[in-house]
Amino acid sequence: MPEAERDLAGLEEIEIEATINGQRVKRRVKARQHLADFLRQELELTGTHLGCEHGICGACTVLVDNRSVRGCLTLAAQIAGRTVETIEGLSASGKIADLQQAFIERNAAQCGFCSSGMLLTAYELVSLGEAVTRSEIREFLSGNMCRCTGYHAIADAVAAVIDARGQKSAGRA
Amino acid sequence: MSGSNSSLERHEGIGARVPRRELKRLLSGHGRYLDDIKLPRMLHVCFVRSPHPHARLRGIDTEAARQASGVAAVFTARDLNPLCEPFVGVALHRPGHRSPPQPLLVEERAVWQGQPVVAVIAESRAEAEDAAELVAIEWEELPAAADHEQALGSGIAIHPELGDNVAFDYALEKGEPAKAFAEADLVIAEELRFERQLAMTLECRGLIADFDPSEGALTVIHSHQSPFQMQDVFSRHLKIPEHKVRVIAPDIGGGFGMKLNLYTDEVAVAVASMLLGRPVKFSVDRLESFLSDAHARDHHIKARIALKKTGEIIAMEVDDVGAVGAYGMPMRFNVAEGMMTITVAGAPYSFGNYKARTRSVYVNKNLVGMYRGVGMPLACVVTELLTDFAASALGIDTVEFKRRNYWPKASLPCVTTGGQRLETVSFHECLEKLVDLMDYEGLRKEQQRLRAQGVFRGIGIATFVEQTAYGPPYYGPSGAPISTQDGCTLRLEPSGAVRCITSLTDQGQGTLTAIAQIVADSVGVSAADVAVMGGDSAISTYGGGAWASRGTAIGGEAALKAGAMLKRNIVALAAAITQTPPEALDITGGNVIRSQSGQAVISLAEVGRIGYFRQDTLPADFDVQLSVTCSQAANDKLYYMANGVQASYVEIDCETGFIKLLGQWAVDDCGRVINPLLVDEQVRGGVVQGIGSVLYEECIYSDDGNLLNGTMADYLVPMADEMPDIQVAHVETLEASTRLGAKGIGEAGLIGAMGAVWVSVNDALKPLGAKILHQPFTPERVLDALARAAAQRSCSR
Amino acid sequence: MKARNFRYIKPDSLTHAYRILEADAEAVPVAGGQSLLAALNMRLSAPKLLVDIGDLTELATSAHSDREIRLGALTRHCELLRSDLIRRKLPLLSLAAAHIGHVAIRNRGTLAGSLAYADPAAELPACSVALGATLVLGSLAGEREVKAEDFFKGLFETDLRKGELIVAVKFPVPATQTAVAFAELARRHGDFALVGLAAVATLEQDRIAAARLVYLGCVDRAKLATSVAASVAGLRVPIADTAAFAATIGEDISPDDMPGLRASTRLHMATVLTRRVLNALPAGRPAG
Repeated sequence: MPEAERDLAGLEEIEIEATINGQRVKRRVKARQHLADFLRQELELTGTHLGCEHGICGACTVLVDNRSVRGCLTLAAQIAGRTVETIEGLSASGKIADLQQAFIERNAAQCGFCSSGMLLTAYELVSLGEAVTRSEIREFLSGNMCRCTGYHAIADAVAAVIDARGQKSAGRA
Repeated sequence: MSGSNSSLERHEGIGARVPRRELKRLLSGHGRYLDDIKLPRMLHVCFVRSPHPHARLRGIDTEAARQASGVAAVFTARDLNPLCEPFVGVALHRPGHRSPPQPLLVEERAVWQGQPVVAVIAESRAEAEDAAELVAIEWEELPAAADHEQALGSGIAIHPELGDNVAFDYALEKGEPAKAFAEADLVIAEELRFERQLAMTLECRGLIADFDPSEGALTVIHSHQSPFQMQDVFSRHLKIPEHKVRVIAPDIGGGFGMKLNLYTDEVAVAVASMLLGRPVKFSVDRLESFLSDAHARDHHIKARIALKKTGEIIAMEVDDVGAVGAYGMPMRFNVAEGMMTITVAGAPYSFGNYKARTRSVYVNKNLVGMYRGVGMPLACVVTELLTDFAASALGIDTVEFKRRNYWPKASLPCVTTGGQRLETVSFHECLEKLVDLMDYEGLRKEQQRLRAQGVFRGIGIATFVEQTAYGPPYYGPSGAPISTQDGCTLRLEPSGAVRCITSLTDQGQGTLTAIAQIVADSVGVSAADVAVMGGDSAISTYGGGAWASRGTAIGGEAALKAGAMLKRNIVALAAAITQTPPEALDITGGNVIRSQSGQAVISLAEVGRIGYFRQDTLPADFDVQLSVTCSQAANDKLYYMANGVQASYVEIDCETGFIKLLGQWAVDDCGRVINPLLVDEQVRGGVVQGIGSVLYEECIYSDDGNLLNGTMADYLVPMADEMPDIQVAHVETLEASTRLGAKGIGEAGLIGAMGAVWVSVNDALKPLGAKILHQPFTPERVLDALARAAAQRSCSR
Repeated sequence: MKARNFRYIKPDSLTHAYRILEADAEAVPVAGGQSLLAALNMRLSAPKLLVDIGDLTELATSAHSDREIRLGALTRHCELLRSDLIRRKLPLLSLAAAHIGHVAIRNRGTLAGSLAYADPAAELPACSVALGATLVLGSLAGEREVKAEDFFKGLFETDLRKGELIVAVKFPVPATQTAVAFAELARRHGDFALVGLAAVATLEQDRIAAARLVYLGCVDRAKLATSVAASVAGLRVPIADTAAFAATIGEDISPDDMPGLRASTRLHMATVLTRRVLNALPAGRPAG
């Protein structure tokens, strides 16, 4: 295709380079593939889950440039030049070790399908370094659906981590 | 295994709050759920489904789809249906229960919106979906019987060969209810509606069917609660010898009964794999799941109770109609919701006169199947709402009313008017514990004080019974090949650890951890040194799986038996090695010890080493058996009856109809609590599903049967911000017929919560003379209830 | 579901973006994509070309003076919550942004995206009209300005022409006696509003001198509720009942029936909400 035309037409497959869990990755991605499918299918990082693909349930939550995003509402093409962290990366790095431990101690996960997204959202909250009430914890997590736990133990776990990090939470441990 | 001192010192056996070992894996992204799994040469399927609730299939053109990029095959009924024995969802022990056979794919007529018509198989799901859009189907729309009223009154016969749309009509009567109602001082009569719902597991359904043509063997990796049920289904209906069928459950993202049902689209995938000789993956899409996952509830109940003015209940009557969808659900019969509604209603209370009827009606909708609690939540709501209204009418406090009407302890064991066997239940203890836990008196005072200020709060208390762990008498007569036994294989590893293979499955309940604790206690090792696996129909004993709150009660009993047997064998070997009488020995903390002195005699690791590698040092006739297998089935037990009571505290915004949940309390008696951490969280999860049912969840249809809210934005499930904190406490009345003494707990949270929230919302509305009887209690329904009450007040002036 | 096939292009500059949009009638811009990608995943729409404008610096430039705050098109919803300047000077935006979806949505969704999509249940179109904002629209032909109250034309319909993008949104800094309030009724936090109201009012003591009221969720587009505003001018808050505007509210909002919620119920909820939002105004005066 002549350059002038290509300049306006776009492509069905795009070359991207990004940093995924600390590693530089270079791939050709289909324009239509969303980030969650790219992670799961191309990179075989299956810890990020699909619950709805319409951006409601939060199971596909990952970090892009250190902010939580819905993997299903982000195109793989849109991570070009960015940093992405998934549950695998956060777990291996130890950044969510206290959250994981708190979840385990309180059985704040049952089937585990929501947990990747839930932990990433919780990580964003505790990383803010702010004092938050139990009600604010619940509000922050309100975009992550859990069908098994009823949320009480999850709120307990996050509150405990915030307390332990020295940010008072006024929540139950 | 760990063998660290700290784990040996910490009590990790039965009764301990042991964290689940699988969480380390699941919380680090190492879960392996169905869609995470890839097999070589695997294909993907996408179904084209009927967009109409009722339509004649005039023609299908698959040519364009076949030519599409990546497509391996496009199958219709002609290709797949002949290879599968038809499914007939009829319970043999329910005379008069009728269902026509259900085809895999639509043949001439679609009878529910979402019924699968064409299977498109391609290299990727995306390509399969692209090709599916190219399938052209000519439909002739037919009038639909979209709800039970239309089904009973419109003359539209969904299955003309049946004559009418009544799948099942059952009545029972005990004592002299007509007389009792005639003589009653007070009769409370209400009409309740429960809209259709979904289980909405976060992980949708799915399976990978892998037929190996060289062996004629089928392996299915299946997000299903009972691999054994499906092994039977695939074998029986696809004519593959049973020992050549293997079903493996991977990590499963929630089941709740929904993944227990039998789905023709899933069986169609297996047939596709047989035809193609390649693995085929079906990963249900969320939008698709609204139309194809088994639905639940959808009942219309008229009920009344009769009382003396002293508050004594003397009679009850329940008339239930359930719209069960277009076919009988095979294996997991959808008449169960209606039957359980009418047989469990009234159960906690002693009265002698009862009349009930249930009808299951076919409608042009998706099939109803199993979902947490089945009919028991409806029974709880009907009973607790009517008794609460009665108590109010008589000026008796609702707690006092219950104290007077519960079955007295002295009358147990007994059979209720609905036929429920109550043996080791604890209504009074649970109630007293609840009253204390929630500070009932304090909340009533607060409620009164705030009423005077125009703030309307409600307190609802709901008692329930829960049939758990069904036994052979429950399924046997139905003709469904559902086994209610489960088993456990234990193997001492040479290192001294214990490997356990259970026939149970775990969708997050933590059953496998509970089994580890039971094995640990019964063998004498630390739970951390027990590895548990399950969910594979080829490698464990034959079994059941997970449903109806049965795993720990039944599989746990098998584990207890197996543990005791393994211990005996280890002790026998240790006795032979150390030349000590076996009766003098015991095992604790991973060591064989002298029972009397507690002195360690030989480690399990040493026993393992000799037993596996140095049999030459043993007497010639000594038979080393370090691997044992036991099964458990309670031949004559219908179920283990558990019970509990819950309370809900709510506030209603009478201007907007919005309901705020201020608190929830649950006291549960599930017999021996193996792991309070797991039990508490099962209760909490169930409570929130119950709240979801009462306040949020419904499948909304147009009058002609089109689903209107089939997305996650429109079908509402509870999220974190609206849910209350939930306090849980236990009473432990052991199941008398087993050594473990455990009953089930999986459904209690939902059953009690539905009752408690129904009652608390109505309690809040009492001063306004309003009632709300149509679930879910949307803001509009609340406002309508208030408007009706206001209209009645102004009429009566 | 998986989205249908499409082409993707990331323009190097704003001018490049304009050229692409001008050349291809089926090209659709994407920035945050929180609404668009959901629609694509559900196969509700099938654009042939997505133009990723999400990193164009020309669209991410904000500026402020004493009289005006100019927010770049790509201002993310989360910035409306975090920015100290916006919390102090345009608190209505911070109040409303808390109701937009959830954290992950707010991290990606943009101001311009919300305005261009013009969902009648969305918060930001209503707020921009209430605040008297002006949109700066650009294309190959140059830039033009359109007042927010003239921008929303119908259901999901705006004044955006083919080949045009929202470049920035200019908000006048409200005068000192201006009070704001915002509330919405939604079944769950972050859900689409059943009814909502953005209110910007000039208060003299506790008397409403003038009010700009814009409903969301029960209307087909963001527009000034002039009848209700006229009915409440001169009233003292707190108002005890809805008598003042119960009759006129039907002139400003005309909700449709939706599954599970009748139009009449929604109208009732909007009436109740109006009273509550007006009564919240005194607390919504800027801190300084």
